[in-house]
Amino acid sequence: MARPVPYWEHFEHGADIGVRGVGRTLAQAFEQAALALAAVIADPATVAATTAVDVACEAPDVELLLADWLNALVYEMQVRKMLFGRFEVSIEGTRLAARAWGEAVDVARHRPAVEVKGATYTRLAVRQLDDGRWVAQCVVDV
Amino acid sequence: MDTSKLVRRSENEWVIEPDSDPRAQGMRVPGVIFATETLVREMDEKVYEQVANVAKLPGIVAASYAMPDAHWGYGFPIGGVAAFDPEAGGVVSAGGVGFDISCGVRCLHTQLKSADIESCKTLLADALYARIPAGVGSTGAIRLSPSEMDSMLAGGARWAVDRGWGSAEDLERIEERGCMAGARPEAVSEHAKKRQRDEMGTLGSGNHYLEVQRVAEVFDERIARAFGLAVDDVVVSIHCGSRGLGHQIGTEFLRSMAVEAKAHGIALPDRELACAPLASATGQNYLGAMRAAINCALANRQILTHLTRQVFADILPAARLPLLYDVSHNTCKVEEHVVDGRKRTLYVHRKGATRAFGPGHPDLPAALREVGQPVLIGGSMGTCSYVLAGVASPAERAFASACHGAGRSMSRHEATRRWHGRQIVDELAHRGVLIRSPSMRGVAEEAPGAYKDVTAVVDAADAAGLARKVARLDPIICIKG
Repeated sequence: MARPVPYWEHFEHGADIGVRGVGRTLAQAFEQAALALAAVIADPATVAATTAVDVACEAPDVELLLADWLNALVYEMQVRKMLFGRFEVSIEGTRLAARAWGEAVDVARHRPAVEVKGATYTRLAVRQLDDGRWVAQCVVDV
Repeated sequence: MDTSKLVRRSENEWVIEPDSDPRAQGMRVPGVIFATETLVREMDEKVYEQVANVAKLPGIVAASYAMPDAHWGYGFPIGGVAAFDPEAGGVVSAGGVGFDISCGVRCLHTQLKSADIESCKTLLADALYARIPAGVGSTGAIRLSPSEMDSMLAGGARWAVDRGWGSAEDLERIEERGCMAGARPEAVSEHAKKRQRDEMGTLGSGNHYLEVQRVAEVFDERIARAFGLAVDDVVVSIHCGSRGLGHQIGTEFLRSMAVEAKAHGIALPDRELACAPLASATGQNYLGAMRAAINCALANRQILTHLTRQVFADILPAARLPLLYDVSHNTCKVEEHVVDGRKRTLYVHRKGATRAFGPGHPDLPAALREVGQPVLIGGSMGTCSYVLAGVASPAERAFASACHGAGRSMSRHEATRRWHGRQIVDELAHRGVLIRSPSMRGVAEEAPGAYKDVTAVVDAADAAGLARKVARLDPIICIKG
């Protein structure tokens, strides 16, 4: 039986981890991919949505846009020492505007496992499936 | 990897001939994998593809090499070595260096024997863990103003020593004498600098660590003596890199190189192979920024060394912690190498590979010149690490490069399915190895069983003539990020 959409998952890649988001729209797939990224570091369910951060990116194509989006989140998490647990994305063409909610890292409560260094172009793909669902994925370097 | 697609040139040398397979179409030079038959069979088929793809890049010289610990990376394999000639249209690749620019290992003597620390092991472990910032969200005590940031990026470990975090003798024992020339702080973006603002003197996470180790076995007495290593000596090894600054530089230049490749007339077999001509603004800017990130990594390891020395001074005042050596295993460096009888200036990319200069190399400090460069190989948590030495230049292979570590054999998910962090910590404590980490999930993901056997990798490097085995280091305390 097909999984209820939207959802996110990780896929295996040697030393690192692949993140994949599946949604009814492109924007929803990007939101789910961001949740998959957040879950590499800590369980998003443990992260309270106390602070909102706005993110905007633009890229030559939607695949680079996905990498840019995830890298923007890596940057914001590191500079702000924050974790994110919720995302709202809108995409027009190859331009993205988003809001991410989260809170400051609390090692005791979030028990973060590992930092993400960056999103890579390995197995980078953004595509619409025959059934209309969108998939957005890539491998992240940890 | 399917060995039927390879030509076995010698016991531990496997060659991908250009055009020998559809995946090998367009290779400008052969691919050469240094490994035992067991290791080469265990390698992912993707390593074949990546070694072949690197051989297709403009200006590559001699061969696209893979070390015995090679595994599937981004564009370039991890454990890959490739050199490019600017006079032959050569390129520089951000993916050929990796995200964690100048990630590396340094090893400190302590002038103590393992019996000397037995009674205060727990105290030492707790004090190191309290002093060394490790793990997600941790910050260092040092805040750099914009001008100090630029001084650090230009000066590397030399900057750190000038600030009082170490001595001039330390610099002798660091590649490039502790300061990478040609760094251009102005080529480093504000984003990258901002990521580094409070990250100086932090260990990071993942496979990064600080270990107190015991010399458990010596394989080459003469070289070990020159390195100052004897059985039962206590040493400290630090494995980490250029932190957020290097990651951001890698991310930004991977993107600009990928976007501009077409304009530079470069057809990329894979977007991750993104590169720019050495003779281009992007290529030159990357080199300037990447060298600044090398300095950041050298400064970072120097500050961590200073913190380590403070902890030892508090607990074991008799200890002195001179530096054995510091190596970086994610770099691109300008070096002279003899190729086909002719000396050429090449841009050597080592991604998950360690430079291994042999005896007599002019870049080595006088005390090490006779025996060759120390090559520091980090193991996985709780297993062991190795000290190797570079071999003489007539036998120089792969532009004087060797392996860098064990390499994972299992995904992080699989590791957390198999093990619990607490259980690993308890089992290792039972064997006398103290683990300190902020994250039990992190410990599970880094379980010793999730890595390849580092001994097999080092034995292969030794047998292939890449470097000579000198000593094995067993862990006593591990601070894990």
